[in-house]
Amino acid sequence: MIRVDREKCTGCAMCVKACPFRAVTIVDKVAVINEQCTLCGACTQSCNFEAITIERKKVENVDLSRFKDVWVVAELKDDKIRKVSFELLGKAKALADELNQEICVVLIGKNVKKFLNDFSVKGAKKIYVAEHESLKDYYTETFSSIIIGLISKFNPNIVLFPATITGRDLAPRVASTLDLGLTADCTGLSIKDGLLLQTRPAFGGNIMADIICPTARPQMATVRPNVFEVSDKIYEGKAEIIETPVSIDLQGAKVKIKEILNAEACEDEIPVCEADIIVSGGRGLGCQENFELLEGLADVLNAAVGASRAAVDLGWIAKSHQVGQSGTTVSPKIYFACGISGTIQHLVGMKSSDIIIAINKDPEAPIFNVADYGIVGDLTEIVPLLTEALKNKLAMDNS
Amino acid sequence: MRFIVCVKQVPDTTEVKIDPETNTLVREGVPSILNPFDQFALEEAIKIKKEGDEIIVISMGPPQAKKALLKCLALGADSAILLTDKVFAGADTWATAFTLTQCIKKIGAFDIVFCGLQAIDGDTAQVGPEIAAQLGIPQITYVESIEKLEGKKLEAKAQSDDGYKIVETKLPALITGITPSSFEPTNPPMMSIMKANKKPFQTWDANELGGDPNNYGLNGSLTQVIKIYSPPAREKGVVIQDEPKAAVEKLLDLLTKDKVI
Repeated sequence: MIRVDREKCTGCAMCVKACPFRAVTIVDKVAVINEQCTLCGACTQSCNFEAITIERKKVENVDLSRFKDVWVVAELKDDKIRKVSFELLGKAKALADELNQEICVVLIGKNVKKFLNDFSVKGAKKIYVAEHESLKDYYTETFSSIIIGLISKFNPNIVLFPATITGRDLAPRVASTLDLGLTADCTGLSIKDGLLLQTRPAFGGNIMADIICPTARPQMATVRPNVFEVSDKIYEGKAEIIETPVSIDLQGAKVKIKEILNAEACEDEIPVCEADIIVSGGRGLGCQENFELLEGLADVLNAAVGASRAAVDLGWIAKSHQVGQSGTTVSPKIYFACGISGTIQHLVGMKSSDIIIAINKDPEAPIFNVADYGIVGDLTEIVPLLTEALKNKLAMDNS
Repeated sequence: MRFIVCVKQVPDTTEVKIDPETNTLVREGVPSILNPFDQFALEEAIKIKKEGDEIIVISMGPPQAKKALLKCLALGADSAILLTDKVFAGADTWATAFTLTQCIKKIGAFDIVFCGLQAIDGDTAQVGPEIAAQLGIPQITYVESIEKLEGKKLEAKAQSDDGYKIVETKLPALITGITPSSFEPTNPPMMSIMKANKKPFQTWDANELGGDPNNYGLNGSLTQVIKIYSPPAREKGVVIQDEPKAAVEKLLDLLTKDKVI
């Protein structure tokens, strides 16, 4: 239920600007809510006079069977679809098949309709699109309002978000507004007795927890990038497109992005969270120049370059490369740790990698306790030799 | 201005050991500490605090969590409120956010709510944004530094998936993050610890907070943990100690044999 307090409302129209669904108009200096309203709450947050209130009841003791389908909230990077969106889509397909339901994609942004077919061929049956000039940049307010509106209107059973910085900002905002449960950073998802069984690491990766959400719908989770495989399967048939007309006026927003300072983003640079192979360096590199050795190895393997916190703090490499508790948590197929001693904060961020290869001059370094393969020695000698040897081997394999 | 800092007492997960025989968590002897991320958030609040500003730290936890709040007072917070009640136990992130939101509403007017990026035991990073949603105020997450605080506006440098962004928000607002510049939280000097005991300290229970009692703790939690177990232990691998050239050759042989490459 949404209510406008006629006494408190001043007719200032902040809510009109805030509403993404054109659901508020001012009539005789009082806000009037029309049937376009999705109860997303953008107006209540924009109101400086507490004149608009929404009463939400927890979804309890209701017929849960009316909640259907598995949704993936897609994420874009510049003008591309982030790989994690497809990883989630593959997993969502498996979950939806088991439930005999369909997978749907939520696609929000500027000029995003060109991506419709990319999701369609990956098995999406419905795509909810909100396209608008002002959705170019991610704002918590605009994106959460649209998703809250869509969830309230279409009643999905499961909604998955990427556990990226954006997803971890967005998902709790949506969940809390709708009084829904949310499980963070899942590394496993399956169906158990009709419920979404969510598996996640906790306690610095020392324990795993299985979590369910029995009474509220949708069941929501953020999912770690690079945990699930992107499926190669191509599906026939076109997804149904459900357009959500939105009107967004950032003029009235409380938050403004003043500047975007993206990392030295070379076009071909692979971000650590998406890489199958990561070559990481730490304090043991000795100097910034030695990162070039790692870049050489990374080039041969088509790998991303990572770093420990120490290397970032020393200013040798940008923070976007940092792996660990206060950086990015990664789980590549192969992780090279070069000159990284293996503090617990670093290990938490990479020990779920399939294969760990460590190079360190200290045989007692804790990194060797988690490494599948290790070489004790001077990395400035070993890394170039390894780069050369791998280059030759890969050339031979390819010929 | 009034700043509210939400903190949590956590087991020091860096001290956690795994019993090699049973592959289970050894909890004995693991010290409880102030969540490092929360301490950094508090330190940032102290840094931007001006004459006449006030910092209130709040925490939901068992009575022992008082220790973490006393540390905050010793570090420079002005007063502390401990939210403790048996009914708060077993709270998931939604119920935790509900409890802290009730407390913030009861405190009354405020300008900035600070939360650490995440707690090192749960690592969810959800409670901050969930409080912001329940209070209906803007949020900026993954904040690395506060650039400007003027009038009723705050400007912060926040991490994004592709780098950084400079974001401005009207106040009141909630910020999470303040990535530490060092992972070694500072300890307050002895004199400050003694003074901390004299600073205002309150303990509130569910009655004091009001609201629907069914929203607290386990009852209010929408998610349920049904099983906790240890991840499979990593077996110790092969460590090669040899001349560089021979070592690289050995490694390559192993990688080929094991079909890693």
